Amino acid sequence: MSILDIIILLPLIGALAIACGAPPRITAIGVTGANLALGVVAWILFDPNKEGFQLVASRVVAKVPEISYAVGIDGLSLIMLLLSVIVSFCAMWMAPRVGSREKLYFSSLLFISAGALGAFCSTDVFFFYAFHELALIPTFFMIGIWGTGEDRVNTAWKITIYLAVGSIVLLAGLIAFQMQLSQGGLTFDFTTLQERAASGAISAEAQGWIFLTLLIGFGILVSLFPFHSWAAPAYASAPAPTSMLHAGVLKKFGLYGLLRFTPMLPEGLETWRNLLLVLLIGNILFVGFVTLAQKHLDGLLGNSSVMHMGYVFLGIASWSAATGEPIGLTGAVLLMFGHGISIALLFGLAGKLRDRVGTLEMEKLGGLGKQIPIFSFLFGLAAFASAGLPGFANFSGEVMVFFGGFQGYQGESFTNLQWATILALWGVVISAVYMLRAYRSIFLGEQPDGLKGAEDVVLIQRIPCTLLVVSLLVIGFYPRLFSDLLTF
Amino acid sequence: MPAYYLEAAVVVLGIVLMLMEAFVDKADKSFVGKVGIVGLGVIFLGLFMVKSPADGDTGAIWSFYAVDATSLFYKGFALITTIIVLVMSLDYRGVIQHYMGADQEKPQAGLGEFLYLPLFTCAGLMWMASAKDIVSIFVSLELVTISFYILVAFLRRNVGSLEAGVKYLILGALSTGFLVYGLTWLFGLSGETGLAEIAAELGNEDSPMNAHPQALLFALALIIVALGFKVAAVPFQIWVPDVYQGAPTPITAFLSVGSKAAGFVVGFRIMEPFIASDAAPQLVTLILAIAGATILLGNLAAVSQSNFKRMLAYSSISHAGFLLLALGCARAAGDDVQVEGVMALYLSGYLAMTLIVFHVMCLVRDQLGGEEISTYNGLSKRSPFLAGILLVAMVSLAGVPFTAGFFGKFYVFLLAIQSRFYVIIAVAVIGVGAGFYYYLKVVKAMYWEEADDDRQVRVPPLAKGALIVLAVIIFVLGVYPSPILEFFS
Repeated sequence: MSILDIIILLPLIGALAIACGAPPRITAIGVTGANLALGVVAWILFDPNKEGFQLVASRVVAKVPEISYAVGIDGLSLIMLLLSVIVSFCAMWMAPRVGSREKLYFSSLLFISAGALGAFCSTDVFFFYAFHELALIPTFFMIGIWGTGEDRVNTAWKITIYLAVGSIVLLAGLIAFQMQLSQGGLTFDFTTLQERAASGAISAEAQGWIFLTLLIGFGILVSLFPFHSWAAPAYASAPAPTSMLHAGVLKKFGLYGLLRFTPMLPEGLETWRNLLLVLLIGNILFVGFVTLAQKHLDGLLGNSSVMHMGYVFLGIASWSAATGEPIGLTGAVLLMFGHGISIALLFGLAGKLRDRVGTLEMEKLGGLGKQIPIFSFLFGLAAFASAGLPGFANFSGEVMVFFGGFQGYQGESFTNLQWATILALWGVVISAVYMLRAYRSIFLGEQPDGLKGAEDVVLIQRIPCTLLVVSLLVIGFYPRLFSDLLTF
Repeated sequence: MPAYYLEAAVVVLGIVLMLMEAFVDKADKSFVGKVGIVGLGVIFLGLFMVKSPADGDTGAIWSFYAVDATSLFYKGFALITTIIVLVMSLDYRGVIQHYMGADQEKPQAGLGEFLYLPLFTCAGLMWMASAKDIVSIFVSLELVTISFYILVAFLRRNVGSLEAGVKYLILGALSTGFLVYGLTWLFGLSGETGLAEIAAELGNEDSPMNAHPQALLFALALIIVALGFKVAAVPFQIWVPDVYQGAPTPITAFLSVGSKAAGFVVGFRIMEPFIASDAAPQLVTLILAIAGATILLGNLAAVSQSNFKRMLAYSSISHAGFLLLALGCARAAGDDVQVEGVMALYLSGYLAMTLIVFHVMCLVRDQLGGEEISTYNGLSKRSPFLAGILLVAMVSLAGVPFTAGFFGKFYVFLLAIQSRFYVIIAVAVIGVGAGFYYYLKVVKAMYWEEADDDRQVRVPPLAKGALIVLAVIIFVLGVYPSPILEFFS
């Protein structure tokens, strides 16, 4: 039994305990707090100099073909694990008061958390996939029962069906991938698959269509343009903790999957790189402009989260087997972490704001800065982080992604990748514009009449906010803490 | 103990209960069900004491009666299904008495018959699991079908039940005709009645089967028509929604699980040698085309249903499609995955989740009096237990991981991709996506919607036990499918 088993099982046990009558909120915070501590322990136990997966444990559940419940972490999954435990803890803590059916509320959140943790810690493709879907039904519940907005029913359907179909496409792609590497018996073990793929077992043609299937499957889960339309409305209408967990952590599953599988399919990426570039520019520019036009803060945050996925895709697209040190992939990972933390903080704060003033329509807000200074300070930090201000984790990620785009550039004419990188740079401007505009219209200027009085962040709620901000700053100022863990 | 003692025991139990029911006039008729449940439970234990015939044993019975992993597995399958159906029927007795014209004089009219008839069906299903000769296949299939004719039309003062009975009778008789005709052709081509002998004839190049592949295909197509009717495959599914809706709910469950499983056992036994050989090359295409159409129609038609039972009928059609897809993969499957094991796993998961759904439906019908999905509005307030159990069944039917339903679909996808049936995989993806919608529609009703009144739904202890066991099966098979898969290897 590994410490990772405990990390995955703890939220599930917590959910069970809540169902059996334990006090929901306390249990949820306690369990995720313990997980946070265990995550840090795992970080300490992790030896960055060793190759392969560490802290492993496995148990065979089916013999032919062999499927195991197997856990283990390498640098990439460790970073995702830390992201998950931090955001889970803060999401539980920042959950607003729930009127009825508190049990179901917190159990659902714990299920989402367990799903993400399980997916990131699994070293078996089957469980990697299966854990992710654990979050599907709880999300459906959260949006349907506690969601806001008139359209929440449709939104709940949309996200559920979209993600279900995406998952099935992904499943087909994953199985097809396995089949290509079935010499010596079908296996679902990551390490074995990596070894077999490295020996060039998959033909370039097969790599092409498998990569495309995986790109569509994972892409739907990450809201890759044009499969992004489920994301923004879902995040806008979901209750704050769900948005935090989903946009902050769960959506990273698709990117994590692509980061795992793309190095095994180098020819596949070559074949479809131009398509991927077009789509990610769609994410950054098209969705970027959509974000600019948003009138509600929750819609703005939802769209911005879709938009920022484009940079991560750019980091992945910039990778190629020939260029050596995969600076783009490292940047993508840092950005995933930074984005996850900052968007979680933004959604958490937006949820609090909705509870306090009753609306998130930006025209009806204004001048709150004087009234709730700490809140506006925290919001400002998160917004600047999200816009990519230096000093935050997002910045180090974005910079590395852009460097990745120009890696090995010798002064010849630009390739498509470099053109895409230049276009993507405009996204930074766009996100600065909408974030600053949002900040101005909510916190500065005159307070409109009839705005309900709001109280500032109480002391106890500053703890999760501080935790999130500190994580952003630490990785922003010292990205080596994470980048040294990564090997691709 | 030879395996056929088990069927004999079930028949004897049935006859004893029938006589008791007839002569013990005054007693509470639900004892018939309870004795039946206990009796079948004991017989189930007997399953573990069965000995295979010794190699040299050439008794006449062994030429048409198989004792192998398949037969033992599906005998157990039939017994468990029947036990749960009896538990369900006990919870459904209010409805039965209502439609059987129970009055002061005969407060339990019809209940006794309703409780012992399933035993004979069970005996038929168990025999069918062992049938390896076209004659015994036919006879056992008829035993099953005839007892179903009675049970489907049992609620004789309910127009729906009568309509279901007539439809099932006419189409059932028609499909029987197809089956006999197809089996006759098969016999004519091979000169044998034993399935193993027929398969051996395939290897004989001078056999008429190899000389006339068109005739063989004709024979197999006729059999597919008949079995397609049993398992509810498109285009032989027309009867399913009406019969499922009209029949008494426990019988619908029995039809949906028992009859379908039996159809697939027989289908696999007959078809497998032909799929694996080249004698009828169009056979695989035919099965796949039917599978694709079944998945698509079942799932898409279920989307618009507002009656829960009807929706389940279409869902049962769609699951038949997935099972047919697995059957169609029998040729290309390598050593990695056994088609038979996959079908058994799929059917076991299907058993657990379908029986849960129908059981909940019985309780709700009996106490709230409705079968529309809107009847389930606010069920999570009326009975958190039932809502939770039904949630498990629904997500399993939809195919969410860590439930039996997912593992079943996963292996079917695995087989299909291994066999490179890419078109049908695309169809299956659409089917699964639609499935999420209509299964979660019920979840939505239970958890989001508000109930019209504050009536509670009471769950009797026996039903509670059965439901918990089934839910546990769903979760165990959802993380540990190995036992069933290995049973067949």
